[in-house]
Amino acid sequence: MLVGALGVVTRRNPVHAALSLVLTLFGVAVHFVALEAYFLAAVQIIVYAGAIVVLFLFVIMLLGVDKAEDLQTEPLVAQRWLAGVAGLGLLGLLVIAVSRGSELLTTRAEGLDTSVAGATGDANIQQLARSVFGDYVVAFELTSVLLVVAVVGTVMLARRRVPGEA
Amino acid sequence: MPEPTTLSYLVVAALLFVIGTVGVMVRRNPLVMFMCIELMLNAVNLSFVALARELTDINGQSIVFFVLVVAAAEVVVGLGIIVAIMRNRSSLSADDMAELRG
Repeated sequence: MLVGALGVVTRRNPVHAALSLVLTLFGVAVHFVALEAYFLAAVQIIVYAGAIVVLFLFVIMLLGVDKAEDLQTEPLVAQRWLAGVAGLGLLGLLVIAVSRGSELLTTRAEGLDTSVAGATGDANIQQLARSVFGDYVVAFELTSVLLVVAVVGTVMLARRRVPGEA
Repeated sequence: MPEPTTLSYLVVAALLFVIGTVGVMVRRNPLVMFMCIELMLNAVNLSFVALARELTDINGQSIVFFVLVVAAAEVVVGLGIIVAIMRNRSSLSADDMAELRG
């Protein structure tokens, strides 16, 4: 999975980067299955690998930008170097935060109910449905509005201007 | 093989997030930058699911569901913008997009 993630960053050809992204997303879906989040694993594959990456590939082909990007010349002076330093710093911060928080984790887990533990795949979907359609039903409806707005806005953006029309 | 702990999942998620961040900073192609943003979103999703299992709380998984929906909308709008920009110019590089410069 991490190899795929590195591939997204280092591949010169955008098509290869998109295929590396598919590899990474499948890896994340496998981790979801290992974490007993079966519904999210299915959604991950359908939405990400099925829809989003196909959208990426479609735009790449449509625009004809599938020629290799020049990775040899640095566009800004010392940008790579600074990005590497910033990335290493961020990694250090995250690892410190995770290791600090891991002590907190084992103590907090005892206070919650163990409804997910030992549940089968069906129980996972039922619980998720209760959570999404029960506790978060307003947010769920808002996401549908968000999707409609995004689709209409994209159609407006990508449409060719017809002469004589406002 | 021992069962991977939540800590190891969090470390993997941190690595994935850092790779995505460095990718956004290094790459010039807006499409590839979008892919790196997807990497970062996936890293956060992975840590959410790992913590949802650790804390036995289903709410972490429902938040991941919403993140997926918002990521899909974001990609749709972003690719629409890229297509609209490409209509006016031939090269695709984040360096060339300076039309709002004062």
